[in-house]
Amino acid sequence: MSSTLLLVGTRKGLWTARSDDDRRTWHVEGPSFVMNAVYAVALDTRGGRTRLLVSADSEHWGPSVFRSDDLGASWQETPEGAGHFPADTGAALKRFWALAPAPEDQPDVVWAGSEPSALWRSEDRGETFELVRGLWDHPHREQWGAGFGGQAAHTVLPHPTDPARISVAMSTGGYYRSSDGGGSWEPANKGIKAYFFPDPWPEFGQCVHKVDFNRARPDQLWAQNHHGVYRSDDAGSTWISIAEGLPSDFGFPVVAHPRRPGAAYYFPLVADSERLPPDGKARVYRTVDEGATWEALTEGLPQQDFYGAVLRDAMCADDSDTTGVYVGTRTGSVFASRDEGDSWAVLARDLPDVLCVRAATVG
Amino acid sequence: MPVTVVLPGVLRPHAGGAHEVGVEGATVGEVLEALTTEHPALGRRLRDERGDLRRFVNVYVGDTDVRDAQGLDTPVPAGAQVVVLPSVAGG
Repeated sequence: MSSTLLLVGTRKGLWTARSDDDRRTWHVEGPSFVMNAVYAVALDTRGGRTRLLVSADSEHWGPSVFRSDDLGASWQETPEGAGHFPADTGAALKRFWALAPAPEDQPDVVWAGSEPSALWRSEDRGETFELVRGLWDHPHREQWGAGFGGQAAHTVLPHPTDPARISVAMSTGGYYRSSDGGGSWEPANKGIKAYFFPDPWPEFGQCVHKVDFNRARPDQLWAQNHHGVYRSDDAGSTWISIAEGLPSDFGFPVVAHPRRPGAAYYFPLVADSERLPPDGKARVYRTVDEGATWEALTEGLPQQDFYGAVLRDAMCADDSDTTGVYVGTRTGSVFASRDEGDSWAVLARDLPDVLCVRAATVG
Repeated sequence: MPVTVVLPGVLRPHAGGAHEVGVEGATVGEVLEALTTEHPALGRRLRDERGDLRRFVNVYVGDTDVRDAQGLDTPVPAGAQVVVLPSVAGG
């Protein structure tokens, strides 16, 4: 039987969890990269070669990208650093917030999103990255602002079948898309409210917290905004609210169901002014009808005195036939479901605050 | 001019395990540049790609914090000891 590997990035290092019995039990190891904040991880399983990528940054010593070709037994680092802003930009890399392997037909390409907001492209499976000038040189860039966590391109979505199409989401800045491989970019935020501006419906400047899609239906986008839950059916040209039925329209993550188009998961928090789960309950909300209705998933999740917020990359799905879903909290718990969210179990607890989780079938 | 750079324990793996590294340089900037050429993974932990000293990295020439002197232009006398220390930071 194959194994499932889960990477858990926290504010103080990386933990790995492995299951060899179809996700019934887990063996947790860690930490690696102690005292490094791990904002992004990727499990690159393209072409039958598994490579783990980790963005780890130290408050003292700066950012790095590490890679492992032996499932985390050993790690390598590009000695000169994986990404450098060119001298003419006057910028310095704070960290990578996103690591996104391209589709299978571009087996060596990995994209990254960074703080400050920028897109990067690697053509050697994440060993070195080059700045994508098209986005960096965009005339809107000077007007993109910083959210509480910093100004970052936190989401990178390479199109699953068309290598010319790629999109990013930025806080703040909004959702931008390119149809020429990253050379030129247009904002695509029509319908997404930015209540914190005098004009709440600007062309750009939205504080989009996360965007995701199902690879089989890449023009259907799901967004969790800084207040606002949205869906687009036209690759971001227009967005509609699907928040009706949720306890709140605030939150950070969204995960599109990887196998079932029209289904997605959210983890609402009360509000910008109260970033806690409503009613002290850990509830993942699932829709299977494109956001028309919502179901609170609670079995096995704490239902009283629970105060763990879930950050934008701290929820993910795996690639198993019966989808597993994983949630990490700022209170250091990781919950796992092996049945599409119907029921949950504690995978780990008392870790540092969880920044990101990613899972995949390996070996 | 020959200079000795003293490293904290956490950085020694990036200098082949050495506690001290001998390099040439007349200013702190030149010393760090020489250090980076010899040990790139060490050098970029001290300075970002703009060449700026990272916020929580402290560098001393003798007993003087270079931020209290001339920064990276601080002269380094021949035979001086340059000490790298992490500042107290983080939670």
